[in-house]
Amino acid sequence: MAPKFQGVDFYDVDNLLNEEERAVRDTVRAWVDEHLMPVIGEHYVEGKFPKHLIPGMADLGLFGANLPEEYGCAGLNNVAYGLIMQELERGDSGLRSFASVQGSLVMYPIYAFGSEEQKKEWLPKLASGAAIGCFGLTEPDFGSNPGGMITTAKETKDGWVLNGAKMWITNGSTAQVAIVWAKTGPLEDLNGIRGFIVPTKAKGFTAKDQKGKLSLRASDTSELVLQDVHVPKEALLPKSGGLKSPLSCLTQARYGIAWGAVGAAMACYDEAVSYAKTRVMFDRPIGGFQLQQARLAEMLTEITKAQLLCVQLGRLKDRGTMTPQQVSLAKRNNVSMATDIARETRRLLGANGILAEYQAMRHLANLESVYTYEGTHDIHTLILGQEITGLSAFN
Amino acid sequence: MRIAVCIKRVADSETRVKIGPDGKSLDEAGVKFVLNPYDEFAVEEALRRKEAAGAGEVAIIAVGPAAAQETIRTALAMGADRGVLLQADRVPADGLETAKALAAELKAGGWDLILFGKMAIDDYNQQVGPMVAELLGLPCVTCVAHLDLVEGKGTAEREIEGGLEVVEFPLPVVLTADKGLNEPRYPALKGIMAAKKKPLEVKPAAFGRGGVEVLAMLPPPARQEGRIVGEGAAAIPELIRLLREEAKVL
Repeated sequence: MAPKFQGVDFYDVDNLLNEEERAVRDTVRAWVDEHLMPVIGEHYVEGKFPKHLIPGMADLGLFGANLPEEYGCAGLNNVAYGLIMQELERGDSGLRSFASVQGSLVMYPIYAFGSEEQKKEWLPKLASGAAIGCFGLTEPDFGSNPGGMITTAKETKDGWVLNGAKMWITNGSTAQVAIVWAKTGPLEDLNGIRGFIVPTKAKGFTAKDQKGKLSLRASDTSELVLQDVHVPKEALLPKSGGLKSPLSCLTQARYGIAWGAVGAAMACYDEAVSYAKTRVMFDRPIGGFQLQQARLAEMLTEITKAQLLCVQLGRLKDRGTMTPQQVSLAKRNNVSMATDIARETRRLLGANGILAEYQAMRHLANLESVYTYEGTHDIHTLILGQEITGLSAFN
Repeated sequence: MRIAVCIKRVADSETRVKIGPDGKSLDEAGVKFVLNPYDEFAVEEALRRKEAAGAGEVAIIAVGPAAAQETIRTALAMGADRGVLLQADRVPADGLETAKALAAELKAGGWDLILFGKMAIDDYNQQVGPMVAELLGLPCVTCVAHLDLVEGKGTAEREIEGGLEVVEFPLPVVLTADKGLNEPRYPALKGIMAAKKKPLEVKPAAFGRGGVEVLAMLPPPARQEGRIVGEGAAAIPELIRLLREEAKVL
């Protein structure tokens, strides 16, 4: 058996965590070691999401873990939630994406914008894994500009009729329920954007997996088509309204991604260190060469900075003062540094670095998606630019 | 079914330990501590027995420093009901001292089962469980790999050299758990949150007298670097000569 993952903690960041937070982290870390690590390489190569792990994740309470206990969730604080994301992505970004979507993009909007009946009906089912959800915001022609969406919801006398297409939808073909965002008024009216709880078995709803992905291969990504899909009045998330509703879900998910990226980076760094100490070239371990030491020193520095960023961001979120711009900074920085670390690890491993037997290239390929989804690196740059100057570069 | 599980906080087997300046104990700086893995089997078995009985109590008892509360919380997060820490700056090296402190705590408890891991992975003593049984005048079965309980008595299977030994015993009893007894559960996140609210009593450990003292703790001798004698079949005669004359193993 592979040795247990020990994490990376150069600045005694553990000391900034409380007992429950450490316990949650250790539980998820051990679970990933035992259940995900032995199978992830094969699933990745075959392009299959490890579906059999869903019940185990649900039993641990990983879905929507920061939502209240009264809805069947674990009621954790946001730092503990972030640590879950970190440990899942230490395994694979695909598994973390699954949990992010279920928790932050499906359960969170129902919790934040749903009626009490909707929360009681859906949250326990989603927490227990009895139902899997997906989130439909992005469209084939509207990625970074979601406000341009052309999916519509027209009110009828007994409900709504939805028409449109959504793309790059994680869990789309696995899900029993989709949170679909659509315009209820004229296309130019962003305030008319509302969220709907749509059962995927509804007539006119189809989900088709997107083929040929070279990244996030252990995750299902689908295209959704809604053709005259009728849903009852109760499908509307009553408190949703305007583009800010789906964007606030993305803030939740991006928060988790900032942590998740640290996990992927730690996995790569761990692999780089162990390889550098044992791989012998020119009669000594390659870790003894200055070029590799510079690589490793850079990695450790960036991981340590990102860890501290996450802990403080989590404390701000728990205090209720976190801003979306602060999340942009963390997502932007951490995913970028994780991608760099994965690439440097891949290089440090030489030819071995291209094999699925090692982790670096899988993480590198995954992180290229993470770099792009949930607000591209570039869009987060512009969000920060707007925050600094008060001038929007894209509106 | 009232069950007590005695657990120990031990250094994680994956961490590198150093010997402290006194030369008799571990330097704990930077060492990660965990619930002794054999004790996890004991905790899991206790939880399963209570769940099967539909009622009862699982209490976790540990001797150790204040930090051992975190270890007890791990067992509470798995599902145990309450914890007792018999606090001491350090766990005595002599198992008898620890056993006397535990026996004093367990004596009046009215337990049906008292469970231990078969040994702690830090000192390998395998003593405390049987000593507690002796001090309480209870039967003891060590290294239990399978357990059946029916109305006041039980049978246990022990993996012994080349086979299985099956033993029968009355309750109450002291058992020590071997690997394979069960598959310990992960503490679920809700369990971790619930563990915060469960009672955990802390009181000073009342150690009895022992008789063993640790004189020194030494790192294992450094292994000599290997030597390559040659390659292929041509190297075999020289290898045999060295094994015979230098290593003297043939």
